[in-house]
Amino acid sequence: MKQSTFNNKYLPYVLLVPTFFILVVFLFYPAVETFRLSLFKIHPWTGAEKFAGLYNFIKIFTNGDYLRSFVLSAYFAIVVIIAGLFFSLLIAILLNQKIKGMRFYRTFLIWPYALSPAIAGALFNFLFNPANGVLCYFTGFRTWLTDEKTAIIVVIIAAVWKNLGYNIIFYLTALRNVPVSALESASIDGAGPVKRFIYITFAYLSPTTFFLFVMNTIYAYFASFGLIDVLTQGGPAGSTKVLIYYLYKDFFVHSKIGYAAAESLVLFSLVVGVTVLQFRTAGKKVHYQ
Amino acid sequence: MKQTRIKKIGIHLLLIASVLIISLPVILALIISTQTEAQVLSYPPGLVPGTNMVNNYVSAWNSVNLGRMIINSTIIAFGVIIGKVTMSLLAAFAFTHFEFKGKNVLFGIILVTLLLPVPVRIVALFDVIRSMHWIDTYAGLIIPFWASATSIFILIQRFKTVPSELIDASKMDGCTPMQYFFKVLMPLTKSTIGALVVINFIYIWNQYLWPLMATNSKEMRVVQVGIKMLMSTESTNNWGIIMAGVIITMIPPLLVFIIMQESFMKGFALQSEK
Repeated sequence: MKQSTFNNKYLPYVLLVPTFFILVVFLFYPAVETFRLSLFKIHPWTGAEKFAGLYNFIKIFTNGDYLRSFVLSAYFAIVVIIAGLFFSLLIAILLNQKIKGMRFYRTFLIWPYALSPAIAGALFNFLFNPANGVLCYFTGFRTWLTDEKTAIIVVIIAAVWKNLGYNIIFYLTALRNVPVSALESASIDGAGPVKRFIYITFAYLSPTTFFLFVMNTIYAYFASFGLIDVLTQGGPAGSTKVLIYYLYKDFFVHSKIGYAAAESLVLFSLVVGVTVLQFRTAGKKVHYQ
Repeated sequence: MKQTRIKKIGIHLLLIASVLIISLPVILALIISTQTEAQVLSYPPGLVPGTNMVNNYVSAWNSVNLGRMIINSTIIAFGVIIGKVTMSLLAAFAFTHFEFKGKNVLFGIILVTLLLPVPVRIVALFDVIRSMHWIDTYAGLIIPFWASATSIFILIQRFKTVPSELIDASKMDGCTPMQYFFKVLMPLTKSTIGALVVINFIYIWNQYLWPLMATNSKEMRVVQVGIKMLMSTESTNNWGIIMAGVIITMIPPLLVFIIMQESFMKGFALQSEK
């Protein structure tokens, strides 16, 4: 149904002016400028610019540390996404049962969502601190955060923990929208609970799973900054230095502006990738609903 | 009958276990925040409340000027929310209640901004703010966040559900578009606005990277950065004070979340429909 509209030639443009002013100054101009800077060599102190073509890109992609960070970020994101979606779906299924106290349970299962990545970093820093961290004591292993192999595990646990609430909310909403009739008819056809879950519930959940995949990718690549800055500062020995932390260091600490701009574009292409994927699959949503 | 009862008890037990595991880090933080340095350092770790609660909270509050940071974070959160919601309401109104040239192109341009989260443009954004002399000012922490594709989409969804008859009737009564906007549309949109306020409060309060870069002075720091400052100011083992600071900074968003939970859930439902 088409909505009625007002007739006014200029008013709609006037209404859009504030938004577009902000978009141009703080989004589009910086984005284009970042793109431009990525093609220049920039002096850290004087700011003098010299066109350098793809120099910055070649430099970062031939740098072993950057490549290591690239692989580390992908590994970190994949584990955070898989573990995060798995546990939150499990909890959402428990929450979706008809039992007393559902609202109470829901509140106390999703509340870490309201906490920040920096707070998660501080909490897990305490839990795993070598001197007397509670989890070091109970695991009998003291060097969780000082060992190159295990520090990333702590970062992953903290990142998954912090985002569980967000994922649970979306899965719970989606589970409630699975039509009972579909499950019942499958049950009449002789499908057991496991089969019913895999063929029916999971199919209905796939748009949500996909949405969460995209949101968790963005979360793992970007929001992890506060968590890592408080928990490990990218250490020990760069073992938790994901791309966003690498970018921050190059730009803000080492003043390598050209490198940092090129690194921004690497992250940009990642956002474009997952967003395009999201829009391409968004069309399929129609078939399920 | 008996089987379903056992099943129900099982579900309760699993849920209680999940609640405990999820809450454990914060429960431990609460306990530690009451302990003296000696109690914190006992090994094996003492997991009972200590005797130094008031001192820890007072020290945390004073050591990095947490009060000032809470004021800063609050000003920034409300500054962003007021500008963002107002501008998004106007833009969504334009897109849903008018026909005009270039509508689809302009909408497409807004859509593109979803590709440009802060970290992607941070290098040049920092230059823009610096050349405006906005480093270390509220303006630099507030104004860049006023335009929001997500908020505009959520409001468009809401506006589309308003029945056309209301517009027609208002036009017959001789209402101007802005009169209709304030008198008819706004009252109908209250709960959606509520949802946007809650989601954005938590989002802005918890921001870290941009406030870290766009401020230098102690007076302009926000609570999230304060946590890290507290950890480097206090000696590494003084976890009682650090955890007290952590608890203080998590209270505002938690309160908002718990009090406005229904609004919050509603906002999320709208977000996934976008």
